[in-house]
Amino acid sequence: MFDNFPLWPVRASTTAGSVDALYIFLVLLSAFMSVAIFIMITIFALRYRRRAGREAEQIDGSNVLEFTWSIVPLAIFMVIFVWGARIFFLERTPPRGAAEIYVVAKQWMWKLQHEEGQREINELHVPVGRDVRMIMTSQDVIHSFYVPVFRIKQDVIPGRYTTAWFRATRPGTYHLFCAEYCGTQHSGMIGQVVVMEPAQYQAWLTGGAASGSMAANGQSMFLQLGCNTCHRFDTQGRGPDLVGLFGNKVQLEDGRTIAADENYIRESILNPSAKLVSGFKPIMPVFQGLVSEEQLTALVAYVKSLTPQASGAAGSPSLISPGKQPQEPKE
Amino acid sequence: MATAVSIAAEREHYLNKEYGIRSWLLTTDHKRIALLYLASITFFFFIGGFFALLIRLELLTPAGDLVQADTYNKLFTMHGVIMVFFFLIPAVPAVLGNFLVPLMIGARDLAFPKINLLSWYCYIAGGILVLHAMLTGGLDTGWTFYTPFSTAFSNTAVVEAGLGVFINGFSSILTGLNFIVTIHRMRAPGLTWSRLPLFLWSHYATSVIMLLGTPVIAITLVLVVLERAFHLGIFDPTRGGDPLLFQHLFWFYSHPAVYIMILPSMGVVSEIVTCFSRKRVFGYYFVAMASIGIAVIGFFVWAHHMFVAGMSLYAALIFSILSYLVAVPSAIKVFNWTATLYKGSVSFSTPMLYAFGFIGLFTMGGLTGLFLAALGIDVHVTDTYFVVAHFHYIMVGGTVMGYLGGMHYWWPKISGRLYPESWGRLAALIVFLGFNLTFFPQFILGYLGMPRRYWQYPPEFQVLNVLSTAGSTILAVGYLLPMVYFLWSMRYGKLADDNPWNAAGLEWKTTSPPPTFNFEETPVVTWEAYNYNELPALEEVRVER
Repeated sequence: MFDNFPLWPVRASTTAGSVDALYIFLVLLSAFMSVAIFIMITIFALRYRRRAGREAEQIDGSNVLEFTWSIVPLAIFMVIFVWGARIFFLERTPPRGAAEIYVVAKQWMWKLQHEEGQREINELHVPVGRDVRMIMTSQDVIHSFYVPVFRIKQDVIPGRYTTAWFRATRPGTYHLFCAEYCGTQHSGMIGQVVVMEPAQYQAWLTGGAASGSMAANGQSMFLQLGCNTCHRFDTQGRGPDLVGLFGNKVQLEDGRTIAADENYIRESILNPSAKLVSGFKPIMPVFQGLVSEEQLTALVAYVKSLTPQASGAAGSPSLISPGKQPQEPKE
Repeated sequence: MATAVSIAAEREHYLNKEYGIRSWLLTTDHKRIALLYLASITFFFFIGGFFALLIRLELLTPAGDLVQADTYNKLFTMHGVIMVFFFLIPAVPAVLGNFLVPLMIGARDLAFPKINLLSWYCYIAGGILVLHAMLTGGLDTGWTFYTPFSTAFSNTAVVEAGLGVFINGFSSILTGLNFIVTIHRMRAPGLTWSRLPLFLWSHYATSVIMLLGTPVIAITLVLVVLERAFHLGIFDPTRGGDPLLFQHLFWFYSHPAVYIMILPSMGVVSEIVTCFSRKRVFGYYFVAMASIGIAVIGFFVWAHHMFVAGMSLYAALIFSILSYLVAVPSAIKVFNWTATLYKGSVSFSTPMLYAFGFIGLFTMGGLTGLFLAALGIDVHVTDTYFVVAHFHYIMVGGTVMGYLGGMHYWWPKISGRLYPESWGRLAALIVFLGFNLTFFPQFILGYLGMPRRYWQYPPEFQVLNVLSTAGSTILAVGYLLPMVYFLWSMRYGKLADDNPWNAAGLEWKTTSPPPTFNFEETPVVTWEAYNYNELPALEEVRVER
């Protein structure tokens, strides 16, 4: 029981150090304040303890003191607020070009898929030193993706994508927890994150039996569902051209302009008329309930891969060539 | 209440005026209703506490070996539901507030005595529904009822338990309404707002939250019941609902609910600290306004429970900064209580020990709140044992210490008897030590990353869990002791004087126990609150020995 008794969690991501720094500052501040109040109370209580002949001296208060102990704490709180907010910005702003991993949570397991196509369950292999962004959704209830050594946590919500990112700094095998209560086996919904040296990771990646990249799978789905009859890669289609859609602004029929992110693509597949593109008719069928979360993530990955550079000269992206390729393409 | 017989010969008071079950169940006397509440919240406290002990026993080992996973989930859910809705929220207001608000303002009763009785029946009806749900299927949603788990996935008695909490909510609303009207309309001549004891200021602030906040949780629970029973799409995304909407509505009440729990105890502490240091409170106006400030700002911080739930970056910033603002009035109170001791005449009687305990534990609870309001840290520690430890420091370390301190302080007034002082001090010490041993290790567990609501856990967390479980058994002894000696003192305790502490406050100017209509004649107030300069401590020295 005592042979493995840590009192401080390992730091294994680039943000963990900043979180720990603020935490240590707050621990010191709290210790100082607790001890200060404890000492004041002890001194006052003992020095002015009741004994024969002791009479209390009545003091109404002091505005100077009141304002001092209102404003000084407030100022300290504002420092903590700004410090905490800076870390939060860091945690919530994934660097450009991060590798993407799609996560589908369900009672009670984690299903993860790499861009390259590798699927994992309750296990995530990542290399040291590479930014990894997770795009997560749930098939049933709310879960929460939590890796203590990375100091990251993000609830995983049915019906939408939430994202989180990290860059691992230290090889090892670490806990992956579900942190949002999700039913009977909530405490069994745990897995491990395996952080590897880049070379080992490369070996792991090529060793696995991937059935094509996510974008390739998405393209098969795209053709199988007949999406390409309307979403053609010229301007003649009855549906909008999807090349270069991801990450750009979209003018909607109702006048709004929105950014096309993963959630927009997801919603436009499941419930296309929710955000109709300007100039198009609401003729696309609803796919809610017809595609699984995994198929949906593949479709999203495919649509994201359709960048102008990646599409063929004839305007038809015949080959799969994901726009972002942080790694050597493996075949 | 048979014990009242022995002093019945001397004088008629609220306890011996009538006997029999009807005289209690149909009473409209605020003091008797307070005792009805006392008996019922004590009952629920020990049920909730029993569940807590089972939880701690299960967590003694990393494996899930004492109870099944589903049973464990029901245990922590019922522990939370019972402790929050049926103990912590009503504890101080419905027992001590009910008893003392009219006495402290020199009134014969609350403004609406029958509504006061109705509030207790709402409490009991809600309690019976929840107990019935517990025995016939249980509840495994967590006390937070998060959707879509509660509305579409749980196989337990969500509808019945939800309705139980819904009905119980009315007891809170009615109590709050009663207090507000009473404090506005029924103060004795001369008792201006600036002479009001701080206990009343904090109960006033609490009542505002009860009245404005509780309807929101009531509506939210009705929506949960509708979605679960009739499949309306409100929170369930597969039916077009939004699960985060539930969280916003839930915390809109449930964060202010924490202030419903803590503000009344802060009022108790203000009364005790002044009495046992024989001093007017330091900065009366600031302490009073801090209560109002907490009640108002407390309504605008709810989403700090949701920083990782999927909300916008900028919304998170706003809720973070507002959470820091609400910490300022709490800090003001702690500093003022400490300053009140300065040059006082400090006694270490049992109520004062509880008040010291409150200040210490509440300070730690408040300081760890600063960690959670810091966005970057909250991401790591939310939904871990760090949060569990934090809110137990506030809700148990704060509220329960204040409640027990108040029970000891006013027990002579309530029962007409004195509790045994040395047992009282011993119990206060045991509670303080047991509490810290139970919950301090959980801060470390949380930062290490142990998620809450885990039935089994990785073995490296065991040592800290063993410490916590050990502490919980000590804490249990500390909580059982007062119940035993309070019951004992009802028959065997020394008879109490009208004012055994020689305390300020109108409640001490009537007899112990008070007559049914509280005062022989309406008092006229010509003094400030806490006029301890006019009240010598001599009598109290006698009581202590």
